[in-house]
Amino acid sequence: MRNQISKPRDLSLKGKIGAYVILTLFSLFAIYPILCVFSISIRPGDKLLSKSLAIIPDQATFISYYRLFTEQPFLKWMMNSIIISIAVTLIGVCLAATAGYSFSRFKFKGRQASLLAIITTQMFPVTMLLLPMFIMLIKLGLYDSYLGLIIAYSATALPFTIWQMKGFYDTIPYSLEEAAMIDGAGPVYSFWRIVLPLALPALAITALFSFMSAWSEYLVAAVLLQNQDLYTLPIGLKQFTSNMEVAWGLYSAAALLVSIPVVVLFLFLSRWLISGLTLGSIKG
Amino acid sequence: MIKSSEYSPHSRKLILLYTAPAMIVMALVVIYPFLYNIVLSFSNMNLTHFRDWSLKGFGNFRMVLADSTFWYFLWKTCLWTVLNLIFHVSIGVFLALILNKGIKGKSVYRILLILPWAVPQYITALTWRGMFNAEYGTINLLLERFLGLHVSWLSTEWGAFTACLITNIWLGFPFMMIVALGGLQSISDSYYEAAEIEGANSWQKFWGITMPLLKPVMVPAIILGVIWTFNNFNVVWLVSNGGEPSDTTHILVSWVYKAAFTYFRLGYAAAFSMIIFTILFIFSWRFIKSSRAVENIYG
Repeated sequence: MRNQISKPRDLSLKGKIGAYVILTLFSLFAIYPILCVFSISIRPGDKLLSKSLAIIPDQATFISYYRLFTEQPFLKWMMNSIIISIAVTLIGVCLAATAGYSFSRFKFKGRQASLLAIITTQMFPVTMLLLPMFIMLIKLGLYDSYLGLIIAYSATALPFTIWQMKGFYDTIPYSLEEAAMIDGAGPVYSFWRIVLPLALPALAITALFSFMSAWSEYLVAAVLLQNQDLYTLPIGLKQFTSNMEVAWGLYSAAALLVSIPVVVLFLFLSRWLISGLTLGSIKG
Repeated sequence: MIKSSEYSPHSRKLILLYTAPAMIVMALVVIYPFLYNIVLSFSNMNLTHFRDWSLKGFGNFRMVLADSTFWYFLWKTCLWTVLNLIFHVSIGVFLALILNKGIKGKSVYRILLILPWAVPQYITALTWRGMFNAEYGTINLLLERFLGLHVSWLSTEWGAFTACLITNIWLGFPFMMIVALGGLQSISDSYYEAAEIEGANSWQKFWGITMPLLKPVMVPAIILGVIWTFNNFNVVWLVSNGGEPSDTTHILVSWVYKAAFTYFRLGYAAAFSMIIFTILFIFSWRFIKSSRAVENIYG
């Protein structure tokens, strides 16, 4: 990396080779586990415990995927997860979009304190809220139900998403709203028709994080669900792993199917996440 | 930021309209359980005293602090947090520095390197648990093939700890990389050009320009990273399958989860949670104060 010439972002030939080698090594580190999962998911049933390191196994087959849908309650788990995740997403987006706006635009008593309190909730160990929630839901008769789980999930992503929305609103100039208001638009109208459309990328990220907080959650669900008919995907997948010798292929196929949609969305939206994260943390 | 006076006719109503929904939900599902947890921590609630529990003072707190396993797992949790953060930050910043150079195909690398962050955490943990399988896991197959080593990852205390650590490093470095990349992109090239004219070498430029300008972005991320890692339950619990071998592979959160939902020592677990929270709370505020990050975060 020495001997840099003129432009600070240029690298010498030696530096360039080094950079590619390092990036390639770390990229391999990043994708290797994913390749392994893929590899196991297409192994034939009698070769699950193979000692081969080949990514595409001999006699590759999609039998695990087929068995997942025909022999296992995979679709039921998926429906449960989808219902719960969508409910949590709707709640999360509405709350973060409005609260973030008010933290960005208004100065009011308790604003600073609320923002700090929101950060403080991140320091709670998971049991801190889960244990009282567990007892409360039992007493309310909501233990082991969709609604109980949705309540437990509703605030999980809020701290992050409120900060994320606030950071994004901060970058939208207030003059746009002023102009609309001079034209006679009310404050609610200008929020709804001017600010929200501009904040679509941040809304998409808020939706994604809210969705993922329910879609990918194991611990809370493991405590709050008993009934097999209500099992969500994480609980179902964990079950496969307790019997790894038999269900390795099923687990891998399911893991890929469950991850691919959220991974693709995440990669697609990560462009905005970057600006949101840094701006959100630097600016007040 | 605008002053409330500009909105004056509606502002009070508006602030309430926008803030109240989130605050009501937070009050119901965060603040109320939090207060309830405090009450529980002073109670004798467990399975035999589930309905007829009573307050009994600081007994639970004394019991936690008098237990040597608490201190052992506290030490282990600190070690876990420090090691993770060292790897996350150094790998993240290092990769961000390279990605920030004029390199062809860097958007492809960026996507590949961000993948671990995108994969659901529980899947990462369960997958790595499979990969650490002593007989058929990929890690040992690779080690045997190329180095002739055989490591019993999941059946020894420190083997399992290392397995959890590697898993968590894998899933944690992309976050730091993205934050650092954002910070680097906001540093103007003109600083480096000026330094070039002054005859500074790469090392001096890194410590004189890059580090100080990166710090305000990294400090909040590191604080968050410490909090998340200290409480990172998923990886430890799922990779070690609930603390195997024989309840040695725990950090504080996974240990208290076991006390609460395997042994149902509810009052004890509530007090334990309070202690974990207090540790993190004190640490975070001291850290934030000493690094003066408050001004950066809260303007």
